[in-house]
Amino acid sequence: MTQHEHLQTDVLVIGSGGAGMYAAIEAARNGRSVILVDRSLVGRGGATVMAQMTVAVALEEGGLDHPEHHLADTLAAGRGLCDATIARLLCEEGPARIREMDAWGVGWARENGAYKRAFAPGHDRPRCVYVDFLNTGPAVSKTLRAQLNRIPEIRRVGDLRVTALVLEGSECVGASALHLASGRTVSISAAATVLATGGLTRLYRRNSASANMIGDGYALALDAGAELVDMEFVQFFPIGHLAPRLVGMDPIMWDPFRYKLGGRLLNGRGEEFIHRYGARDEGRYVVTRDVATYAIVKEVAAGRGSPHGGAWLSFEHCSEAELRAAGGPVIDRLAANGIDLTRQAVEVAPIAHYHMGGVRVDAAMATRVPGLYAAGEAVGGANGANRLSGNAITEALVFGRVAGASAAVRAARRRARAGLGAFRAHAEALRDGRARPEFNPAATIEALQSLMQEDVGPFRTRAGLERALGRLRALAAELPAARPAAGRPYDCALVDWLDLGAMARVGECVAAAALARCESRGAHQREDFPGMDPQWAFNQTLELEDGALRVRGAPVPA
Amino acid sequence: MSSKATLVLRRGAPGEAPREERWQVPFEPGQSVLDGLRWIRAQHDATLAIRYSCTNANTCKECMVRIDGRTAYACTARLREGEMRIEPLPNKALVRDLVTEIAPPHERLGS
Repeated sequence: MTQHEHLQTDVLVIGSGGAGMYAAIEAARNGRSVILVDRSLVGRGGATVMAQMTVAVALEEGGLDHPEHHLADTLAAGRGLCDATIARLLCEEGPARIREMDAWGVGWARENGAYKRAFAPGHDRPRCVYVDFLNTGPAVSKTLRAQLNRIPEIRRVGDLRVTALVLEGSECVGASALHLASGRTVSISAAATVLATGGLTRLYRRNSASANMIGDGYALALDAGAELVDMEFVQFFPIGHLAPRLVGMDPIMWDPFRYKLGGRLLNGRGEEFIHRYGARDEGRYVVTRDVATYAIVKEVAAGRGSPHGGAWLSFEHCSEAELRAAGGPVIDRLAANGIDLTRQAVEVAPIAHYHMGGVRVDAAMATRVPGLYAAGEAVGGANGANRLSGNAITEALVFGRVAGASAAVRAARRRARAGLGAFRAHAEALRDGRARPEFNPAATIEALQSLMQEDVGPFRTRAGLERALGRLRALAAELPAARPAAGRPYDCALVDWLDLGAMARVGECVAAAALARCESRGAHQREDFPGMDPQWAFNQTLELEDGALRVRGAPVPA
Repeated sequence: MSSKATLVLRRGAPGEAPREERWQVPFEPGQSVLDGLRWIRAQHDATLAIRYSCTNANTCKECMVRIDGRTAYACTARLREGEMRIEPLPNKALVRDLVTEIAPPHERLGS
């Protein structure tokens, strides 16, 4: 077995969630060869497969909706910071993608032939298609995998963890990677590269993320010279499952129940409380995510939380038949976990769920680095300071298609040109190292998640953010001396070490942008700067200058 | 009220003699075997190789292992008092420790 393998392709797609798979399909449809890689198994890791329910799309059947209405709600949810061009792209192309998925057999829920549409918070009308029961993500993922299977021009490689984007001059010419299953180093020479690596929610102790949502795409982009935008805006999903412990259930699971049945959100004393925070609940699911998160955290801080430090969510007023109709087989999975919703409330609390910020791109999903594109949650800007419910899968499909098309156009003009020599230094660096036995990278990841949760979570202060920045920078400085060398099959300690480097850098981005923004807006709430300040109606971009992070203000793109 | 499970792990890479390790893992009722394996990695030995992605949702289907002689998902099997034997899948090529080659053949890089 050789230590290194070199591959070549027109288009390299990194990450195989909804955005990556769509990008690969579109690049291949445009006649290009594609390598689609994932650090996990193809189409199984990432966030898409975990989506429970809503996909926002303005289908114009019967003239009941229009992309302009969807756009208006998206911009309002984004609190003035959305990049309107890419938000418009999401809303206008959404219907075509949802119909294409339908033609591919995804199985959107229907009633009398028409798509069923759920009403979700922040929308002016029922707009969200879904696949029953709580099966939207798995169905989307399976459908895209089936399409991939039909396209021989797409080579799929799982167990491949990309460690660097490789540049010649200022252009991205491919990537360097670690093959987890063998421990070999790999290089991939590509005319165009699409980052579809998802978000960063695993930076937080309480999250709804799969293990690979560590923000590595942001770190790769930053190192390659791209800009990031809106990094301070991390969406906390207010009603993540807290207690009792359930297995085999996504912590986001209560969302579909609320869409269908409302449910009552109560504090530790059994009182309704959302109305104290300028919104209403009243057994209907209308309160937006940022307000609900704020309300629950404040109730807990005031000593009115549920026993495990959250709020109660009750469906005890619903009949068994209503619950069965809403949850289907999920009711049986709850029963297997000892839960009967007609007799007991469950505890919920905010968990890190989605990241609005990300790689800065134009309407073609191109970064400022020639040859480098981004798609899906890895992209920043479309959702501003707060994402509208249901926009995540839509943006994955739309931005994925656009990024794949743009990458194909570039690859049609120029072939992959970088030889093995361009990648040699990266591969050698990966094989060089000496692990320090006393340094446990898995424990260090847990420590990082705790510090992010405490000091860079839904509520922030100057003191907490400065403390977090100090600790993240100290951690980053400690890493080089504890680097394990690549070469062993499935070296989890090496993967954790690589992840820590990305997590420390990306955590620094979130904390630095949050420290600079001296106001509260959408998902970014500063205890020391309450309320939205019109003076702060601009985006913040981040880039590396001589290895140091720079945060700058930038006007919101028209 | 913390209970203790004894996880007996079979570890090693292809070509090595498999070795057995025993770990005492504290748990609260309801916790999964995957929770226990992650606890071992963070508290004692980060080199233990396990494969998982979604962590608790049972959607990625990557954490399949052998538990007390039966194939199961580590994320849905619950920890219990007493001894639990965790082994890699016997019918798949061993990668290392509890990780086996479960990807479809055309989605592998090859070795």
